[in-house]
Amino acid sequence: MAERKIRVLIAKPGLDGHDRGAKIVARALRDAGMEVIYTGLRRTPEEIVATALQEDVDVIGLSILSGAHNVLFPRIMDLLKEKGMHDVLVIAGGIIPQRDIPFLKKIGIAEIFLPGTSTQEIIDYIKKNVKKKAKNS
Amino acid sequence: MFSEKELEKIKKRKEKWENGTYSESIKKLPERMEKFTTISGKKIEKLYTPLDLKDLDYLKDLGFPGEYPFTRGIHPTMYRSRLWTMRQFSGFGTAEDTNKRYKYLLSQGQTGLSVAFHLPTLMGIDSDHPLAQGEIGKCGVAVDSLADMEILFDGIPLDKITTSMTINAPAAVLWAMYIAVAEKQGVSPKIISGTIQNDILKEYLAQKTFIFPPGPSMKLTIDTFEYGAKEVPRWNTISISGYHIREAGATAVQELAFTIRDGIEYVEWAIKRGLNIDDFAPRLSFFFNAHNDFFEEIAKFRAARKMWAKIMKERFNAKNPRSWWLRFHTQTSGVSLMAQQPYNNIIRVTIQALAAILGGTQSLHTNSLDETYALPSEEAVTIALRTQQILAYESGVANTIDPLGGSYFIEKLTLEMEKEAWNYIKKIDDMGGMVKAIEAGFPQKEIQDSAYWYQKAVETKEKIIVGVNEFKAEKEEEIPILYIDESVAKKQLERLKEVKKMRNKALVRQCLSDLKKAAQDDENLMPYILKAVKAYATLGEIIDSLKEIYGEYQEPISY
Repeated sequence: MAERKIRVLIAKPGLDGHDRGAKIVARALRDAGMEVIYTGLRRTPEEIVATALQEDVDVIGLSILSGAHNVLFPRIMDLLKEKGMHDVLVIAGGIIPQRDIPFLKKIGIAEIFLPGTSTQEIIDYIKKNVKKKAKNS
Repeated sequence: MFSEKELEKIKKRKEKWENGTYSESIKKLPERMEKFTTISGKKIEKLYTPLDLKDLDYLKDLGFPGEYPFTRGIHPTMYRSRLWTMRQFSGFGTAEDTNKRYKYLLSQGQTGLSVAFHLPTLMGIDSDHPLAQGEIGKCGVAVDSLADMEILFDGIPLDKITTSMTINAPAAVLWAMYIAVAEKQGVSPKIISGTIQNDILKEYLAQKTFIFPPGPSMKLTIDTFEYGAKEVPRWNTISISGYHIREAGATAVQELAFTIRDGIEYVEWAIKRGLNIDDFAPRLSFFFNAHNDFFEEIAKFRAARKMWAKIMKERFNAKNPRSWWLRFHTQTSGVSLMAQQPYNNIIRVTIQALAAILGGTQSLHTNSLDETYALPSEEAVTIALRTQQILAYESGVANTIDPLGGSYFIEKLTLEMEKEAWNYIKKIDDMGGMVKAIEAGFPQKEIQDSAYWYQKAVETKEKIIVGVNEFKAEKEEEIPILYIDESVAKKQLERLKEVKKMRNKALVRQCLSDLKKAAQDDENLMPYILKAVKAYATLGEIIDSLKEIYGEYQEPISY
């Protein structure tokens, strides 16, 4: 049986419609052999976590350019904790000021990828840091 | 432009040069790249000569400024009489915060206002909506009701200043608020001037702040055309925008083609409504991106002007020469700004702004160096404005009309981009128009593919970005940025609560129910919206009422 592919949810919380980055990352991860689910725009923290649970993903990539990360990310992290999804690797990208990064890392976002990041860096990061669920499932 | 005989001589001489001087040179010193391309991937030749322009007819293709087909500019004197309007897009926090910034910008020599609303306003929801949490005042100024708009323009005379508002899905509502503020200042709607972006098609294509499905959205847009032509005659009721299409990843040609085709779609819908082309067409305006690839951008602006004139004159039989004008605003490219070594962004903006000016823009926004991090700080936006002023007053580029006209390269590029854009337009015509093409996902897919191609080109270093994939700094410096904290939200929510308490509730209810009925009866909604905003119905209440009738748009997911 084939090894289970890394499953990634690319999610867009926040009200902004800037999906260029999210779509490029989704496509690049798919081209790198991962299974990618993209939520579409303007998803609430509740919707994102519900989809992550239902799709049994290993990674959640949050893309936000609206400035609402300090409010929305903690809610997502709390909901993940509530559902016991401790193994899911959560990463984020977008327009995020440097001064917010320590706080976001403290609440459990593993890495923040800023503008100028190559898709290869993201692929490498995921491969290195993902805690894959039961293989051969 | 050259005689057959002359061209024959040039051709022979060029062949001799290619086989002699040139080929000897590249044996010793080969060219840096196998293929030179623009940022859009368009192939660029080593040299352009009169041979490339043998089909160019000066009078037919270029003509004179202020005359059809306007390739060299829509005004007879261009910047020799009046410079472009320096219009910095700005808005953050509460209406008080932004009002202060506007007064600062005007005191620094800015010549027009441009409002950036926060995302809840762009999406037609109030600040007390659950989805607004964390978003209040972040990406622009929070406007929930007429009360906010009154503060926003407090002390700014609306009979003297022109205002552009970047608002789309709920444009009719924000425009109504602006008209109401003008009336309160004692200024007649007949003399106020400015622009609402009001371009819903590019929302489905690129920016994605849509609310209603395409049909009802187009209806609302045409309502504003119709109302504006009668009641607010100096207002530009739409700014047909390529900017966001480009930002989403389109090539220069795709930006050009999709924008012009969007323009055609609006004209067709307006004519279907029964409007007379020359009554509304002079109020159509455009908005383009100025990206890094200098000559490609200049050619794009020139081609756009020529194409629109032709479309209006030949396809729609417009008689008023003003209907043939493609008047446009330009903003320098947001996506071209880099978080790494952010001061380099000043240089990028300068090059882009120069392209916009050489392309004949009517107004210009120059981005600030810190915009990959946040909305601009006062220091950063001042540098951006100064960039325009230096170009206007020191560089000499505004001294003559269309200074690059006649360049073999620019003229060839203009012709080629025009040709490629016509092909796209033909394709979309064949699909049944832009709304149909959007429903089929065609332009969206084209844009996504271009965005992905460019990302790959950067990652393979086929395209170099200074400070990002080459010439990296060992240590990145931090720059001061504007930070909007959650205290803004608190203030905004308090005001909204106050407004809801003070107003005549029965009147608000009546206005909203009249609005719904008018929507059901397919009447022009502008008078009803105007009445509702004057009664201090909130943006969210008005949009919710319309959602009941029109429903909401759900985008098909693809990447």
